[in-house]
Order: sequence, then C-alpha cells, then structure tokens
Amino acid sequence: MAQSKTAVIRSDLDIVIARTMARDAAKALGFGAIDQARIATAVSELARNIFLYAGTGTVTVKEVEKNTRKGIEIVCEDQGPGITNIDLVMQDGYSTSRGMGMGLPGAKRLMDDFSIRSQEGVGTTITCRKWRT
Amino acid sequence: MDSLRIPILKIGDILIASIQVALHDASAVQFKDDLLQKIHDTRARGVIIDLTALDVVDSFIGRLIADIAAMAGLMGTRVVLTGLQPAVAITLVELGLELPRVLTALNLEKGLSMMQRLTEENGDGAV
Ligand SMILES: Nc1ncnc2c1ncn2[C@@H]1O[C@H](COP(=O)(O)OP(=O)(O)OP(=O)(O)O)[C@@H](O)[C@H]1O
Ligand SMILES: [Mg+2]
Repeated sequence: MAQSKTAVIRSDLDIVIARTMARDAAKALGFGAIDQARIATAVSELARNIFLYAGTGTVTVKEVEKNTRKGIEIVCEDQGPGITNIDLVMQDGYSTSRGMGMGLPGAKRLMDDFSIRSQEGVGTTITCRKWRT
Repeated sequence: MDSLRIPILKIGDILIASIQVALHDASAVQFKDDLLQKIHDTRARGVIIDLTALDVVDSFIGRLIADIAAMAGLMGTRVVLTGLQPAVAITLVELGLELPRVLTALNLEKGLSMMQRLTEENGDGAV
C-alpha cells in the first residue's frame, strides 16, 4: 500500500465504505484480525461523527513508518462546526446528540496515537495511528 | 437508497434473525423496528440474533442491540446474541460497550438450546 486512499463521507452508506477501506488497508499492511476490527471500528465512529456533526468530510488511510516500525494512519477531516472543548468531548458519556458519548474516547482506546485539531467554525481534523506489533 | 430488510424467521415461539451483510445505519434502524413489530405480532418468547457475518459492531449497532434487548424485555421476550466473532467481542469491550442485558451464545445451535432452557424455566415468559 504505497498510496493513500480516501473515502468521502456524505451518507451513512459512506461510513460502511470508509471502514471497509480501512480494514482492507490494515489487512494489506499485515495487521491481525483483532487489530483490523479495532481499526475498522475506530473509523466507523469517526466517520459517523463527520456525517452527524459536519455533514460531509473525508477519511484518508495511509501507511506510516517510524524507526522501522510500520503502521497505519487515519486522518478524518471536515469543515463542520468544530469542537470547542476537546477535553469535554473526550470524556466517556459526553454527547450533544443523545448518543452514548462513546465514539471519540472509544476510538482513542482502540488506536495507539490519537490527536484532535479543531477550530470553531472552521472544522475538525482527527489523526490517529495504529502500529504493527 | 432503500434499506435492505433482514429476514426474521419464526420457529415455534422463537424468532431468529441472521444478519448477513454489513449494516448501514438506516438498515439497522429498519431491522430494530421490524423485529420489535414482529415480537409484538407473534408474542414470541425469545429472539435470537445471529451476528456471525458481522465484522464490525460499533457504538451505533451496539446501542441498537442494547435497545432491542431492553424493549424486548419489556414485552417479556428474551434476547440471545450468537456468533459474535472474538475480534468483535474484544473491540466492543475496548470501545467501552458492555451489553449487560444481553445473553450470548457461541453459535446458533447453542443459542437455540439456551433459549429453550430460558423459556422453559420461565413458564410465564417474564424476565
Ligand atoms: N467531527 C466533529 N465535529 C464537531 N463536533 C464533533 C465531531 N465529532 C464529535 N463531535 C462532538 O463530540 C461529541 C462526542 O462525540 P462522540 O463520538 O464521543 O459521542 P457521540 O457521537 O455523541 O455518541 P456515540 O458516538 O457514542 O454515538 C459529540 O456529541 C459532538 O458534540
Ligand atoms: Mg460519535
């Protein structure tokens, strides 16, 4: 997997497409079944957040390398309303949509690295990585 | 796009639904509505949902299953999940989702015998 792959999120069908793309990429990079499920589930959560809170956005997956360690990087980007208080949304159970407030903290637990950049009125970019063991 | 319907079979007083395709949100919600309606119409005493073919259960599907179990419980119907893949079970727990009201069995066959035991123990179908 030399090149990155991108899925555009516009509908709930695209959530399935994005997580399938991430799973296929993880598999191609040699991740085992459990890590594939972790990565696909994290992407499902982040893609659904794009759909719910920003309407549209993109999910991009690519291979990364750090000190000979290989991994997968997922970037979820939208030009939605942004997140004002990142500490707050990372708490288990915090939701503005009567969800379980589990998507963001759960995705963080499922991945190895997880970071949010967001600006009110500009959009949100979430970058996460999983390293191969 | 029309949401595809998941077939729900009735055997005796037990309903069986096997989810064979990746569920998008609309078809998952449709499934919940169909299943609850069918529980009501048939007065089924138990429901088995087979998830063998699902390779992702995220918070949306997880909550939907928890909702189905809670609502079925109110109607006196037990819910057993079968065929949860190990990777899916691990991911659910790490995600932070426990399904406390939901019983699970390894496969459909074990699910059926579990259901038989449950509905016999509970002659009146109460939870
Ligand atoms: N891309 C985004 N843009 C703007 N706000 C967001 C975005 N993603 C998440 N949020 C905000 O963060 C909150 C928490 O998100 P999280 O995914 O953890 O929970 P949820 O979506 O509310 O519920 P769940 O994911 O459990 O169904 C959301 O309710 C929303 O207010
Ligand atoms: Mg969410």
